[in-house]
Amino acid sequence: MSAPNAAPSKASRASTDDLARTCSQVRRDIIRMVHAVQSGHPGGSLGCTEFMVALYFKVLRHDPAHWSMDGAGQDLFFLSNGHISPVWYSVLARSGYFPVKELATFRRLDSRLQGHPTTHEGLPGVRMASGSLGQGLSVAIGAAMAKRLNGDPHLVYSLHGDGELQEGQVWEAAMSAAAHKVDNLIATVDWNGRQIDGDVDQVMPLGDLPAKWRAFGWDVLEMNGNDLVDVLRGLDDARSRTGRGRPVAILMRTEMGQGVDFMTGSHHWHGVAPNDEQAARALAQLPETLGDY
Amino acid sequence: MNPFPKLDEKDTRSGFGAGLLEAGQRDPNVVALCADLTGSLKMDAFAKAFPDRFVQVGVAEANMMGIAAGLTIGGKVPFTGTFANFSTGRVYDQIRQSIAYAGKNVKICASHAGLTLGEDGATHQILEDIGLMRMLPGMSVVVPADFNQTRQATLAIAVHEGPVYLRFGRPKWPVFIPADMPFEIGKAQVLVRGTDVSIFACGHLVWRALQAAEALQAEGVRAEVINVHTIKPLDVAAVLDSVQRTGCAVTCEEHNRHGGLGDAIAQVLACHRPTPQEYVAVDDVFGESGTPDQLLRKYGLDTPDIVAAVQRVLKRK
Repeated sequence: MSAPNAAPSKASRASTDDLARTCSQVRRDIIRMVHAVQSGHPGGSLGCTEFMVALYFKVLRHDPAHWSMDGAGQDLFFLSNGHISPVWYSVLARSGYFPVKELATFRRLDSRLQGHPTTHEGLPGVRMASGSLGQGLSVAIGAAMAKRLNGDPHLVYSLHGDGELQEGQVWEAAMSAAAHKVDNLIATVDWNGRQIDGDVDQVMPLGDLPAKWRAFGWDVLEMNGNDLVDVLRGLDDARSRTGRGRPVAILMRTEMGQGVDFMTGSHHWHGVAPNDEQAARALAQLPETLGDY
Repeated sequence: MNPFPKLDEKDTRSGFGAGLLEAGQRDPNVVALCADLTGSLKMDAFAKAFPDRFVQVGVAEANMMGIAAGLTIGGKVPFTGTFANFSTGRVYDQIRQSIAYAGKNVKICASHAGLTLGEDGATHQILEDIGLMRMLPGMSVVVPADFNQTRQATLAIAVHEGPVYLRFGRPKWPVFIPADMPFEIGKAQVLVRGTDVSIFACGHLVWRALQAAEALQAEGVRAEVINVHTIKPLDVAAVLDSVQRTGCAVTCEEHNRHGGLGDAIAQVLACHRPTPQEYVAVDDVFGESGTPDQLLRKYGLDTPDIVAAVQRVLKRK
């Protein structure tokens, strides 16, 4: 069991400049991990870097040194779009859940860092397997309900892809969270407008996304996921809206591939690894701030 | 003569409902979820006794499985309830990723399994669920024989760590397992000792197997009847011990002949002790509307079908 009511992590005093430096290192980790095994998903990982860094280094009330599956007395996070595992693994390692050097084992045989995140190999920080899309919101709701039953005032966060919203289970879950007044839950959508086959608007348009979430009974806010100041504002705003009888959704505008100029502007880098020359070009744009693994 | 006389007639789903209420009284972490079938699953008593620990999810089984998986993270022991078809095939990927692969302590409780669902017809009569569930690594599969055993099994899975598929049914069915008979997950029960043939059965067909053994006795055939209430993990020792004495096997299940109890036992026999075996199972077809008794007769799962299978296998010894 973890200590009850974990304080915000020590790193939560981090300044926006500190967080920006961490973002640069996390982006380097993403490129290096995916390049090393010539597989994985850099695009969404790069696009969600500011969000994940802000969450793990500033916002979450968690205690990486005392990881437990039940997470009692801590905020929880669930990654529903498991394919952006590189960014998650990087922030988990860099915030102290496991040794940073373990990032070198990503997608290799006998690794805890599977292609898609899982509990199966016991990687600290991961409480659910994800990869098959559309399942994480239901899981986050269940975890939030358990916190309520246990009298634990901490929050549950989740992240979802926008293409992932095409899975019907997401809307089953959205309906039920409002019906059961799960107001200790903040679900964020990575609204980058891209998916494997192309633009979301071409593959299967989502329509008026804010209106959809509102119609399902959620308290909805928007933020720019690639602007650290706005991410911190948005997450703060979201937290202030919890406990009011409604689940909270953040629709987060991001750019797939953010931080590497040639990886932005299309869906191409959703699940493609850079070759040696491309990796070098990408890393040249991303200063090494905390030391490569 | 059948050493297990009929004590009563009750539906196995009511055994689940009784067991669930009791499990809830014993452990405050037991929670229950239902997808708009609370009455059918006999979960009303639990919902009334523990309204804060009961989650109505509406007609949304995929979401139910995910919420159940999430609840385990906070130390809860969730029981999901819906029909067997919607408990397995409809939500296979949710169970596979969020429950089985993730190793979550969810109890998937499925009523209206098999042909004896009756009049609703083949859309609801799943005959593939045992196979689907036993293929998942780490999943236990329990198919109790009557009301009393379903109650016992519900209590047993509540204190068993790990995902479980519990399969039971709709119709009123003979109650013959004494309420105080010991029940242990993974331990098959030899109900009748015999020397000529081993009849392995699960669920509703255990009663039919007892009837068949009685009929065979009149013909001078001494059949052993084994209640294999746990199909996974299978009681391999009990299977081998029985066929070592009898030399042949008949398997009886309300399931497709592919993937169920028969195949589980055939695998053990093929690997450890090749033995003639006959299947009493649905012959790779879908069911249809009808009464439970009519359907068991038409699809070859009735007492005379078990007797005939025994006669066939005896000739192969």
